[in-house]
Amino acid sequence: MIAIVDYGAGNLHSVKKAFDCLGAEAVVTDQPGTVAAASKIVLPGVGHFSSLRALNTTGLDEALLQSASAGKPFLGICLGMQWLFEGSEECLEVAGAGVFPGRCRQFPSSVKSPHVGWNSLTVQEGSRLLRGIAQDSFVYYTHSFHAPVVTETTAASEYGLRFAGAVERGNIFGVQFHPEKSGDVGLSILKNFCEV
Amino acid sequence: MLTKRIIACLDMDGGRVVKGVRFNNLRDAGDPSESAAAHARDGADEIVLLDITATSGNRRTLLDAVRSTARSLFVPFTVGGGIRQLQDAAAVFDAGADKIAINSAAVRNPALIGEIARRFGSQSVVVAIDAREVDRGFEVFVAGGRVPTSRGAIQWAREAAAWGAGEILLTSMDRDGTQSGFDCALVREVAEAVSIPVIASGGAGSARDFIEVFRDGRADAALAASIFHFGMENIAQLKRELHDASIPVRWPC
Repeated sequence: MIAIVDYGAGNLHSVKKAFDCLGAEAVVTDQPGTVAAASKIVLPGVGHFSSLRALNTTGLDEALLQSASAGKPFLGICLGMQWLFEGSEECLEVAGAGVFPGRCRQFPSSVKSPHVGWNSLTVQEGSRLLRGIAQDSFVYYTHSFHAPVVTETTAASEYGLRFAGAVERGNIFGVQFHPEKSGDVGLSILKNFCEV
Repeated sequence: MLTKRIIACLDMDGGRVVKGVRFNNLRDAGDPSESAAAHARDGADEIVLLDITATSGNRRTLLDAVRSTARSLFVPFTVGGGIRQLQDAAAVFDAGADKIAINSAAVRNPALIGEIARRFGSQSVVVAIDAREVDRGFEVFVAGGRVPTSRGAIQWAREAAAWGAGEILLTSMDRDGTQSGFDCALVREVAEAVSIPVIASGGAGSARDFIEVFRDGRADAALAASIFHFGMENIAQLKRELHDASIPVRWPC
C-alpha cells in the first residue's frame, strides 16, 4: 500500500487518481501510523514552503524519515522534493529534511516566475525512477523556487539556469515536476516507482 | 527548454460543451469528459473547462462534469465559471481541478485572488480577463462580456498579478470565435506588463495565428476552442507546424 501524505497542501486527488489508473493501491493519509504501516510513501505538494511546517508539528516528519531510512521507497513531488533538501529561501524558518545538500532558491529575474508549463528533461543514465524515459521527454512544472543540481540529480531542466528536475539516492526519489500531470511520461515514472 | 502551451478550452452550458461567436450563437460540441480526453490524446498541453452560464442552479452539473473529466485526465485541468468565493473554489479543487479561473468575482473583489492563492497556492489561480478595444485602449468586461467596467485591461492584469494570480487568461472579445487571428497587440501589452504567464485567447483560426501570437504577442500559451472542437485544426498537426516554424512545443508528446 502506498501512503500519500496529506499535510494540507497540494492536489492530492490527482496523485491518487494517477495511482488508481495504474492499478496501485494508494491511500491519502495524515496519520503517522498509516505512514509507518505503508510499503511506499509519496509526499506531494504545491504551494508555499511554509506549509511544510505542518509535517514538523504533527510528527509526520519523524514517520517519513524513519520509513525512508528503513528502506521504504519514498517519492517527493514538487514541494515534497524540495523538503528533501536542507531548506528554501522561500521560508528560512522551516527546515527541510536535508537528505540532499543545498537550499531551494528563486529563479533569476531574467525569466518569468512562476515557471509554468512543459519543459524537457536531460536524463542521466542509471536512474531507477526514470527507467525507460527518453532523453528530452517533456514534463509539467509549476513552481517559483528550484532545487540545485547536485551529484544525486538524475534529470535536469533549463529555465534561466539549470535546476534539478529529479533526484535519487537509494530508495529516496524526488521530482520537481508533476508526474501526475505529465501525461504518459508522468504515468510511466509513477509506474516505475510502483515497481521499485 | 520551456515550451509554448496549446490549451484546449471547453465552454460548457448545462453539462454540454458549446461554442459561440463573439460570446453568442451557441452550438453543441459534445460531452466535456470525452472532449477533454480526446484533446489530451491529440496533444493538448492543458484543458480548460468554463461554465459559461454559471448560475447557482447548475453548480452540481459543473462539479459532476469536473469530477468525470478529472478522473482520467493526466494533464493540467483548469475550471472556471461562477466562482464567487473561496468555498466555490474549494469545491472545484475538491472535484479534481488543478487550477481555477476567476473573472467577474475577481474584478468585484480582488482580495479573493489573494484568499485563494494563500490557501491553494498562486499556481492554482488563473485570472481571466475579457477585454474589448475601445477608443482609449482595451476595456475589461465582466458577466460573460455583457457588462463594461471602465477598467483598463493592462492595469487590471498588473493588479491581478500583484494580488497573487499565477497566470492571466486574456480573451479578446473582438476576436472570440471569429478565427481571424489573436489580438497580438493586446496580448503583447499585457505580456510585457506582468511577470506571470499570459494565455492568449480569442481568434485562433490557423497555425499561422498561433505562430504570430507566440512571436509577436509574446504569449506563453494560447487557447482555442472552436477550431479544435469542430476538427478544423488538429492539435497534433498544429504542433507539428509550430515545431517546423521553430516555436518550442511539446512535440512529439
